[in-house]
Amino acid sequence: MTYISTLFPAYAEIFMLIMLSVILVLDVVVPGKTRTMTYLLVQVTLLGCSLITVATHEYGVAHLFNNMFVDDLMSDVLKLLTYLSVSMMLVYSRSYLITRGLFSGEFLSLVLLSTLGMMVMISASNFVTLYMGLEILALSLYAMVALQRDSATATESAMKYFILGAMASGFLLYGMSMIYGATGSLDIQTISNVIAHGTPNVSLLVFGLAFLVAGLAFKLGAVPFHMWVPDVYHGAPTAMTMFIGSAPKLAAFAFVMRILVETLQPMMIHWAGMLMVLAVLSMAVGNITAIAQTNMKRMFAYSTIAHMGFMLIGVLSGSIEGYGAAMFYAVVYVLMSLGGFAMIMLLSREGFEADNINDFKGLNQRSPWLAFMMMLLMFSMAGVPPTVGFYAKFSVLNAAVQAGHIPLVIMAVLFSLIGAFYYLRIVKLMYFDAPESHDKIYVQPDSALLISINGLAVLALGILPGALMSVCAVAVQQSLLLH
Amino acid sequence: MNFETILFYLFAAVTVFAALRVITARNPLHAVLFLVLAFVSSAGIWLLLEAEFLAITLVLVYVGAVMVLFLFVVMMLDINLEQLRKGFWQWLPVGAMLAALIVVQMVYVLGDKTTGAGMTAVRHAADYDNTKELGRLIYTDYVYPFELAAVLLLVAMVAAIALTFRRRRDTKTQDISKQVSVKRNDRVRIVSVPSVKKQEATESSAHVAE
Repeated sequence: MTYISTLFPAYAEIFMLIMLSVILVLDVVVPGKTRTMTYLLVQVTLLGCSLITVATHEYGVAHLFNNMFVDDLMSDVLKLLTYLSVSMMLVYSRSYLITRGLFSGEFLSLVLLSTLGMMVMISASNFVTLYMGLEILALSLYAMVALQRDSATATESAMKYFILGAMASGFLLYGMSMIYGATGSLDIQTISNVIAHGTPNVSLLVFGLAFLVAGLAFKLGAVPFHMWVPDVYHGAPTAMTMFIGSAPKLAAFAFVMRILVETLQPMMIHWAGMLMVLAVLSMAVGNITAIAQTNMKRMFAYSTIAHMGFMLIGVLSGSIEGYGAAMFYAVVYVLMSLGGFAMIMLLSREGFEADNINDFKGLNQRSPWLAFMMMLLMFSMAGVPPTVGFYAKFSVLNAAVQAGHIPLVIMAVLFSLIGAFYYLRIVKLMYFDAPESHDKIYVQPDSALLISINGLAVLALGILPGALMSVCAVAVQQSLLLH
Repeated sequence: MNFETILFYLFAAVTVFAALRVITARNPLHAVLFLVLAFVSSAGIWLLLEAEFLAITLVLVYVGAVMVLFLFVVMMLDINLEQLRKGFWQWLPVGAMLAALIVVQMVYVLGDKTTGAGMTAVRHAADYDNTKELGRLIYTDYVYPFELAAVLLLVAMVAAIALTFRRRRDTKTQDISKQVSVKRNDRVRIVSVPSVKKQEATESSAHVAE
């Protein structure tokens, strides 16, 4: 009994694993094509995890399992947002996947398994745990992309994702082994102590760091390690693309924070330069290439690359404000990306994918409310005030200015101006062009409600960003100072 | 240079050579066999590091089980070598240049600064039990990652089943509940046939529908 109660901070993970096993077994005996029962159980599991995570938040920072696991405010906030975005993704994609025969019990179990992987990554306090979480997440994602077996493009993109992801994992592992060689430990706290107070082999550390950054860039999809992003985003079924483009970005942010900031903070002079190159290249390639895209999913893929570049600016600023701003940016990006992909799915129907930008022509005449929501989302991605995208960009750039990276900030502003073109083009198509088809858009009531909340949240958070911003700042501060 | 160092360089050279041959071998079967060689020589390096358990596991699990399955798969697939090797020579200069660049960079960063000075190899007594120590660590300090590894295997299992399991429509399976709940009237039709007719007509009087 006493041992079980010491595990309290990890109850969310344990609950998730138990429910996952129950759902795996139950799904076999529950009949029906729409998997309503399994779906509801998955939503209940996510809700239960949220309640447990809120309850564990009282305990402050807790280390468990011989320092393999950490529960701090940052992990709690990121986990809650992960549950929320996974749950939103399921609501959005349910009818889309049912019409395509992909809403199976296996899909739902893979979603929960990948969520567990993200939770492990977010709460990792050791390189081994970080890596295990990453692999659980990545393997589930590869399988989810490949789930549409009849589609050649989905299979091809799953293959590309798998091979490049395996290579990135190899980079990460090699980097981790070098750090281990230099410091003699895999534990995040021990490594940072050895680097700060001991006599580590610095050239070996830098060598390992380069591989770690390359692996991280692969996983984030930052240029020049971005080649898989457009192909995977384009080839995967839209619901899976939405999943890849949403919650895992929060886990990736946690990954960057745990490795670069919490572990290798004293090495910042080395990694800040590397991140700067990645950030500038990502913003340039992402924003400029996106202009040439006529496919919405490809466009969003390049937009992701650009947004990840922006997030890295916050991290490389190296201040608490910078990390807080980067976290805020990641959260906002997830919200916008969920909404954007949801729009593609809402306009799609059986046998038709609304993933060409021309499918958005004249949306205002077909459904003024959906067009308005899409406009809010596009404005937010472009960074137009008063939407939250503006505030996210502003806070990241503000942190960079305080850190003295003026040329970087000027470049970021220029590239986001270029990027505004392709977001605003969508708005122009929706409001000023004649629609290509007059088919009735039928939206499920739950998705309609959620997209309205999603779109309005982008506006509301832009007007009142203070609460979320301070949550991010406090979370980052607490988890960094108490380590 | 003592004997151990010579052995290390021997194993390392064989590993690198085998790994190179894996990607350059013309025949995929040879590539798999070279991969086996790479595994065996890596196991040799692990033995030099006194990690006997890992070395033996590598040989038993990878060479003995995984690679054999792999060989079967390669033999069963009809791989079009021409298509596979298309563009190899075209891209070789770029690839080789990049590889050389990375090697130069690695040598530049590590260079002679990392001679291993200040590092001493950990030596254990002859009665030191590698397997026992690993087991102790896995079930105490590393129990959390160990459990996570189990979850990883679960992911692999779910993914493999989701990707390969298909319900075929033309399979002949029994539906027990259907068989039990069947009524006489569904299957048997009793036809009244006049008894004065010929012999062969009476034989088909009880006609089984299914």
